[in-house]
Amino acid sequence: MAAPAPALVRPMKTGAELALAETFAAVRASLPGGPDVAAQRTAAFDTFADAGLPHRRVESWKYTDLRALMRDAKPLAPLPDADAKAKAVAAGSLFSTLGFRRLVVVNGTFVPELSDLADLEPGLTIASMADALADPTGLPASYLGRTVASSDAVLALNTALMGDGVVVHVAAGAAVTRPVELVFVTTAETPVAAFTRSLVVVEDGARLSLVESHEGPAGIAYQVNTALELVVGAGATFERVKVTTEGSDAVHLATMLAKVAADASFSNTFFTTGGAVVRNQLLLHLAGESVKAHMGGVSLLAGKQHADTMLSVDHAAPAGESRESFRAVLDGASQDIFQGKIAVRQAAQKTDARMLSRALLLTETAESCNKPELEIFADDVQCGHGCTTGTLDQQIKFYLMARGIPAKEAEALLIQAFVGEVIDAIGEEGIRTALAEATRAWLLGRE
Amino acid sequence: MAPLLEIKDLHAEIAGGRKIINGMNLTINPGEVHAIMGPNGAGKSTLSYVLSGKPGYEITGGEVIFRGVNLLDLSPDERAAHGLFLCFQYPLEIPGVSNMAFLHTAVNSQRKKRGEVELTSPELVRKVRELGKTLGIDADMLKRPVNVGFSGGEKKRNETLQMMLLEPYFCVLDEADSGLDIDALKVVSNGVNALRSPERSMLVITHYQRLLDYIVPDVVHVFNAGRIVHTGGKELALELEATGYAQYQSEAA
Ligand SMILES: Nc1ncnc2c1ncn2[C@@H]1O[C@H](COP(=O)(O)OP(=O)(O)OP(=O)(O)O)[C@@H](O)[C@H]1O
Ligand SMILES: [Mg+2]
Repeated sequence: MAAPAPALVRPMKTGAELALAETFAAVRASLPGGPDVAAQRTAAFDTFADAGLPHRRVESWKYTDLRALMRDAKPLAPLPDADAKAKAVAAGSLFSTLGFRRLVVVNGTFVPELSDLADLEPGLTIASMADALADPTGLPASYLGRTVASSDAVLALNTALMGDGVVVHVAAGAAVTRPVELVFVTTAETPVAAFTRSLVVVEDGARLSLVESHEGPAGIAYQVNTALELVVGAGATFERVKVTTEGSDAVHLATMLAKVAADASFSNTFFTTGGAVVRNQLLLHLAGESVKAHMGGVSLLAGKQHADTMLSVDHAAPAGESRESFRAVLDGASQDIFQGKIAVRQAAQKTDARMLSRALLLTETAESCNKPELEIFADDVQCGHGCTTGTLDQQIKFYLMARGIPAKEAEALLIQAFVGEVIDAIGEEGIRTALAEATRAWLLGRE
Repeated sequence: MAPLLEIKDLHAEIAGGRKIINGMNLTINPGEVHAIMGPNGAGKSTLSYVLSGKPGYEITGGEVIFRGVNLLDLSPDERAAHGLFLCFQYPLEIPGVSNMAFLHTAVNSQRKKRGEVELTSPELVRKVRELGKTLGIDADMLKRPVNVGFSGGEKKRNETLQMMLLEPYFCVLDEADSGLDIDALKVVSNGVNALRSPERSMLVITHYQRLLDYIVPDVVHVFNAGRIVHTGGKELALELEATGYAQYQSEAA
């Protein structure tokens, strides 16, 4: 392969960065994709090598210092064997009774035999990312790395090392009524790393509901770097719910890049309960006018969990409406970070953007951090943000107890109500019910 | 006959602060309705909170025996399951928790604690709807979050609904009449009277004789500076209406 000489001699500072460079050098020739993809990988790795792992002085990573939190880089997960596949069968149990179309990725590799590829609705096409990358006329050739521009180092690392994932295409005007579920599961018994990349293209006037779940074993310090690129065509409707229930010691870094055309409707909700370190970054580009965008999030954290949500919404066209509504419930010594940036370009008159993040601290050692950022270049816009941090209302708790409801149950009721505002905004009823139950399970599992 | 409730030389203060309940004694037998009247700030609401176990008060002396147990040893939810009900002077609003879900959780938490069979959703909904009808509470109010956006009168009806549903042995009604128009006063009083039975007792805190026309007490107490300073029959309420509390202020001092 005639790739340009790799720039591996740049001084790298941390052990993790050095290990990543070694990994890239070792596997680059065997990663999927033709010469164009290889060139993309090299450029991306250069971007990563220049920046290194994000640290405190990188503004958008201010509260999640990966240099400190990711001491080493784990070896790439091997292809899933029969044992790994067998373990993956039970994954995605939160939604397993809802009859969604399950597409299963085990240790970073798409596994067709665990996936439901039968009777695809008209207009729905599904492929593995590894296969699609190898096709010079495939969707990735047109879209990958071209949805939203970003120089984020974690995303660059994903582009350099992306192995597999899922490519979903919905043809113009096709309404896929059965939700598609991407199940990402790590089954490894030793710490491994997986770099998955997916691409979803919902053409003009089409409709898709997507669930994405990420899970893995407790007690193993595995690393997940996952990215999803999304293109939503004019007048299309897209809803996604991403559930992160990774194992207790996992580092989970997720990037979503979404480009949305005129009159389309976009919705994304994060639901996070698992993982030692979780980063969800969403870069949303409202390219066409009159887009309706909804972003929600629920983090339920305990122990020393650290979750960081970074949103960047770019209103580039007139009359867009964006709503952000986030709730964090923090137990133990957990930390939740919410960074929300709303940019309104000069052309984006009549933008209506609102952002609200609320944190509920259940202990004195839990912490929440809010960083709203507005960058407005148009004059006829409505932009608002609010953030609150509070504790449970003791008066209300007493009222519930005075009716015979035990303390823990009273707290559970109030916390469910607190996150219910976000869950209730999800379109699919089955998902709402499943997440409400997951919330309840989390609450009842509290010490 | 054993008393239903015995308050013996009860002393309580606001945690780290003022003494509010000051050597209170009261015995209530099963089936009796007692009224407590007294000036603002006398400690009537505080008494109701101390009885129901609200945090923030320190019991510095005495005991409260309720149906054979020392009430003060129990948590608020255990007191409720043991048969105590406090009808709040200012019912709280609970955003995001539907009235029906709240009632369901309350009923079944109590049943569970007492080792009784829990009600199914349809059983509960039927029961709540029936009671709601007698109190003028419609299906919409049952779906809405607890007390959120309810008028003062609606909140009091909602309290009465909870009381009727939970069927406690002992009800403390703290100014159940405040904020009620005349019709609502009748509705709430009818609900309370429907609950009167030989096993069930009530403590009715009020400023106004009018409520006692509807909920006729067996005994009336004058409460001042944290204790009962005078006790009489139901005619005492009428006398107080005419004379006020001046003569009892000195008695308390
Ligand atoms: N949490 C508190 N902190 C400080 N003072 C309190 C607190 N609770 C009650 N008090 C004080 O204790 C006294 C008794 O109050 P309480 O509400 O029991 O009176 P009340 O008899 O119910 O009066 P009203 O007839 O106005 O309802 C008042 O002086 C009140 O200000
Ligand atoms: Mg009072």
